[in-house]
Amino acid sequence: MSDGVSTGAVNRLQPHFATPAQQYETATFGMWVFLVTEIMFFGGLFTAYLMYRIQYADAFAHASEHLNITLGCFNTVVLIGSSLTMALAVHSARMNKSKSIVFWIALTMILGSIFLGVKGYEYHHKWVEGLFPANWFFQAPDAPRQRIFFSLYFAMTGLHATHMIIGMGIMIYISIQALRGAYTSSWYTPVEVMGLYWHFVDLVWIFLFPLLYLIGLH
Amino acid sequence: MSSHAYDPAATVRSYLLVFGALMVFTALTVAAAFVNMGALNNVIAISIAFTKAALVVAIFMHARGSENLIFFCIFGGLFFLALMFYFPLIDLLSRGLLGIPGK
Repeated sequence: MSDGVSTGAVNRLQPHFATPAQQYETATFGMWVFLVTEIMFFGGLFTAYLMYRIQYADAFAHASEHLNITLGCFNTVVLIGSSLTMALAVHSARMNKSKSIVFWIALTMILGSIFLGVKGYEYHHKWVEGLFPANWFFQAPDAPRQRIFFSLYFAMTGLHATHMIIGMGIMIYISIQALRGAYTSSWYTPVEVMGLYWHFVDLVWIFLFPLLYLIGLH
Repeated sequence: MSSHAYDPAATVRSYLLVFGALMVFTALTVAAAFVNMGALNNVIAISIAFTKAALVVAIFMHARGSENLIFFCIFGGLFFLALMFYFPLIDLLSRGLLGIPGK
């Protein structure tokens, strides 16, 4: 925070920090360190994807054709839109507007729910088509290789969706706190940290979308 | 966080600009995927994804103007991610190079 002397921030200042600015920087740095562990967490799945994609490029391209490109594009727009509304929620906190925080968080949650709803529809569709990697996986000459693609598809998008559900839980908590007037322009660290988490979820999708949906089009 | 004054109008404008740019890049990456360019398709898709990610990190996540420690953290993370890709790739891409079964 730039205005380190305002009373709200001073009241929130823990004894082991010298200034509110130092406290804020420590909190956001801690969140970034956590996000690096998240990068490595998803990175393991991206590594698996890379190794199998190199070996079975054709089967991956064929398997990718089963995904619905229109729904993938729609969800990309929805999720990037939710990142914009989340950025505006953090902006509202900085501008000392508690009601706007709740409004933008609610809009973010609506967009997140639309994303998850479309994802659920896609999962159901894959299940019905026999594309879920289990005993009833569809039969084809390169089915075992396509099965690897769908294992990765469900693992990666599933982990991504899990992160979104957790993020929406955090948003409910932050909304309640915002309604109680917990955040002011001099202390809104939880709102900023929640924003970092949600933007990370968006970042993962930015890479998942081309790697899963767009490899079989040409 | 940066120590200079906060400009609300400029901040909202930058968020809207980034959103617009992300939409344009999404359209570009989809359009590029329909054209068969061989291995170049992957290069383009990943380059666009990294550009989009950089925009989100810099503007939405406020990395721009933040202290150096945050950049150290981000690039440290990318470095270890690259290491994680690198070592399995050494194995996978060097198999059969010696012409000896199992080497």
